[in-house]
Amino acid sequence: MLNAIIPLLLDSLASAALIFFAAVGLTLVFSVLRVLNVAHGSLYSIGGYVAASICLFIASRQLNPYLSFAALLFSAVCVAAIFGPLIERGLVRWTYGKSEAVQILITFGLFLILEDLQRVIFGVQSFYEDAPMRLLGTTSIGGVVYLNYQILLVGMAFLVVIGLRLLINHTRLGRLITAVVTDREMAQSIGIDTNRIFILALSLGVFLAALGGALATPTSGIAPGLGADTMVLAFAVAAIGGLGQIEGAALASLIVGLARVLAIYLAPSLDAVAPYAAMLVVLLIRPYGLFGSVAARRI
Amino acid sequence: MRTIIAAAAILVLALLPVAAPWLQFVLTLAIAKGFAALGVAVLLRAGLISIGHAMFFAASAYGVAFLARAGINDLALLLILSVLAGALVGVVAGSFLVRYRAIFFAMLNLAVSMVFYALCAKLYGVTGGTDGMPVPVPAVFGVVLGEPAFKNVLFYLSLGLMVLVGLAVQRYLNSPLGHALSAVHTNEIRLEYLGIPVWAVLLIAYVVSAALAGLGGALAGFAIGRVVPDFAFWTASGHLVLIAVLGGIGGVPGAFIGALFLELLHSGAVTVTDSWNLIVGMTLIIVIMFMPQGIYGLFTRKEAASL
Repeated sequence: MLNAIIPLLLDSLASAALIFFAAVGLTLVFSVLRVLNVAHGSLYSIGGYVAASICLFIASRQLNPYLSFAALLFSAVCVAAIFGPLIERGLVRWTYGKSEAVQILITFGLFLILEDLQRVIFGVQSFYEDAPMRLLGTTSIGGVVYLNYQILLVGMAFLVVIGLRLLINHTRLGRLITAVVTDREMAQSIGIDTNRIFILALSLGVFLAALGGALATPTSGIAPGLGADTMVLAFAVAAIGGLGQIEGAALASLIVGLARVLAIYLAPSLDAVAPYAAMLVVLLIRPYGLFGSVAARRI
Repeated sequence: MRTIIAAAAILVLALLPVAAPWLQFVLTLAIAKGFAALGVAVLLRAGLISIGHAMFFAASAYGVAFLARAGINDLALLLILSVLAGALVGVVAGSFLVRYRAIFFAMLNLAVSMVFYALCAKLYGVTGGTDGMPVPVPAVFGVVLGEPAFKNVLFYLSLGLMVLVGLAVQRYLNSPLGHALSAVHTNEIRLEYLGIPVWAVLLIAYVVSAALAGLGGALAGFAIGRVVPDFAFWTASGHLVLIAVLGGIGGVPGAFIGALFLELLHSGAVTVTDSWNLIVGMTLIIVIMFMPQGIYGLFTRKEAASL
């Protein structure tokens, strides 16, 4: 019995970690900018493509393979530095105060553009480079051989939760963000540069998405269509957790990860149904998500 | 004057496939998607954005495939039954979805449609999985036609339905029930004070919009000859909202103008480039930014409804 439960739990954790990276950025951006970024999944896959390209380059030049870990981080930083300010200044800024329909459609337009740009730049073949995963080797837990890389993923997800908590509660920037989230007009009127906060928040969201994509490539590779799949999964997780809730997103990732792995173990044909079914059940009972609330919204 | 323009436009549409036969499939599909976008536009009037209406589109198309498998082989019967099936799914989903507003309405529609999509894709034994199901050529009032003849009938049937159903929907939108939708958008609480049950207004609109999406799905199923789970994927729902907004949500013609514009843009773009989504995405952003009333808004002097 234990032999079945341990791998199940570890699988769920690793699966939850990857979903969490995709969802937490979405939820963060929503809580600060109040815009649901439909193109978020594309930024996840762009992070993956860039990381895979750099890793493949490292492998082809026979550079030190440990550089590929730095490459994963580096690609996420690059994607965030380029796309964060570009999207906020060029597109999303224009939709503030407009209806949800406009915001969703504008970012849907961006999603269409980014999906095709990837096809043009990276082609339609799938990218796969597992050097980071091979380097870390395996561990045997309870008689089951387990990939260390997946443990690293879970650790990284924990780091992100703690890091975001620290950022929001214990830094000046965090206080500014909280002020903007709580009352945008008041924050503006006491002289907080909300435009700068929005750019930073969106860039952070893009960074988390791209990091998720980069970290996912060594395990599963990357192919066209990943952006659309990730988007809807991140959406489900963010909604279950309560839009704008970081801990909510973490818990929701665990629920979705567990639901998915359980489905794979019990009814393999239904694995794709599990996350959406979980979202449906939670939203029907608590339409504002597990941690969400109707009136007050915190970050 | 507007009646004359509309009649002329429909006449041109009717004659186009005679001049350019390859357009017939494109136009049939455009009208089919126009119906579904019209469904989305009905809800947009109430400020409700559904990223899930492709589900009803797919449900009716699957409905046709299942009914045909069960031995029903009459075009009219298949259409009526499958639209009823779409509407029935709309009653079930709508009865709990109309309680929600804004982003939660959008998300729940997405959740429901993705459960539907995943089931269609995964239940291989029932739906054929990602291979989909064939939609055979049906008999038209007892007459068995060859495929080209049937496609002719289908195109003119779609065109006829576009006029008839379009007029009916126009009547609905101009009725007190239709005007109540805009009132939900602007001030829902005032509507409640007046003693109008908002949930009933919205449920009727939801079922109407599901039936319209279903009609579009059934026609598309016949035109393509196959239904696949991708009919219900969330990006398909996104495209339906896109068409509705592109055309302009103010009136019935908007949805069809948007669908025609997008399908023609598609068939034009694919001849030059594979990246037609790039073009569509840019067009969408430009239209929303600079023409909030959509393409139809260009032709109407009166202030049309916008987002």
